[in-house]
Amino acid sequence: MRILISNSSEDPIYTQIYNQVKTSILKGDLDQGEALPSIRALAKDLHISVITTKRAYDELEKDGFLETIQGKGTFVAIQNIELVKEQKLKMIEDLLNLVVMESKSLGLDYKEIIEMLTILYRED
Amino acid sequence: MLEIKNLSKKYKEGFEIKDISFKLDKGYIMGFIGPNGSGKTTTIKLIMNLLKKDSGSIKVFGLDHIQHEKEIKDRIGFVYDESHFYEDMTMRQMRSIVEPFYSKWDSEIFNDYMKKFDLNPDLKIKKLSKGMKMKYSLALALSHNAELIIMDEPTSGLDPIFRREILDILYSIIQDENVSIFFSTHITTDLEKIADYITYINDGSLVFSLSKDEVMEKYHIIKGDPDVLSQNLRNNLLGIRETKIAFEGLIDDINSIKELPKESIIIEKASLEDIMYYTKKVN
Repeated sequence: MRILISNSSEDPIYTQIYNQVKTSILKGDLDQGEALPSIRALAKDLHISVITTKRAYDELEKDGFLETIQGKGTFVAIQNIELVKEQKLKMIEDLLNLVVMESKSLGLDYKEIIEMLTILYRED
Repeated sequence: MLEIKNLSKKYKEGFEIKDISFKLDKGYIMGFIGPNGSGKTTTIKLIMNLLKKDSGSIKVFGLDHIQHEKEIKDRIGFVYDESHFYEDMTMRQMRSIVEPFYSKWDSEIFNDYMKKFDLNPDLKIKKLSKGMKMKYSLALALSHNAELIIMDEPTSGLDPIFRREILDILYSIIQDENVSIFFSTHITTDLEKIADYITYINDGSLVFSLSKDEVMEKYHIIKGDPDVLSQNLRNNLLGIRETKIAFEGLIDDINSIKELPKESIIIEKASLEDIMYYTKKVN
């Protein structure tokens, strides 16, 4: 697992951890059931406070990404990841639908939309 | 783990600690900050019963700090600001004086720290540099399985490299979730990394005792054109520094400045140092 904390970021540190762990899980860099470092070990590695780390883990757990088993540690939750991915896919589909509708109303054809999308995708 | 309620103490010379209350739970680190002369060392001495309090209560491990003084001190690792060792002794000799005071002294841990800190036990204490003395104090404080580590200004006068080493040591200590650390300092950058809670006193009074994240979310620095500095805004600032070209101030409620034109101000996170600087000026 890789986490990079920026001190100059506007995002609070716990949000930075939350986002990076979530991304690693959704991208599959962290497998379901995989163990995460303990709260205290992660605080030590990142040179941040225990409370901040705990808050990030708590939120990730609340949102179904992580699971804590008393006395064993914290793991990537098993059941919910597929669900979250599906929700994300649904969200993307909705947005694309919107793009199609708006484009049609402007009279853009399929090729023009693809061209725009290609440029945007490569820019990122 | 450590609970202080309405603690007060007045010196004959007039300086006083007024009605201080805060609490530190098991497994966390609390930084105790305030300008020089604000009462940090007095508070620590009161906790250790090296000074007599006038009123209030201090509980350590849930026990009254005077009634159970002996038991409590057996479970505390204490690091003083100044060296309190016999200067003519070697570190080995000094250790043999300290050791019998603690029921859970562990020579193996002590020897490990001495090795880790690169300290030769046969060196006389007066030959040690400030940093080496601090390492030696830490080795002594950490070698009897203490559950609460109390340190008065452990990083002052030490170079940044060594301060980071100390932070790493502190992180190693709290890998055990039953141990808490309470330390005073005026070097706030160290705390911004490690502390879970910040207790801030100024002129003998408590300003706040909050989790560091709460402090960091609450306080902001606002910078701007002198033209936008209305009387209303002035009233909302906890402290201000003005020049002809700009003003800079501290706010604790970001909502109070929502109405201001975004293009003429800059809002940034406040550091602990900012908070100390601006709140000191008000008083």
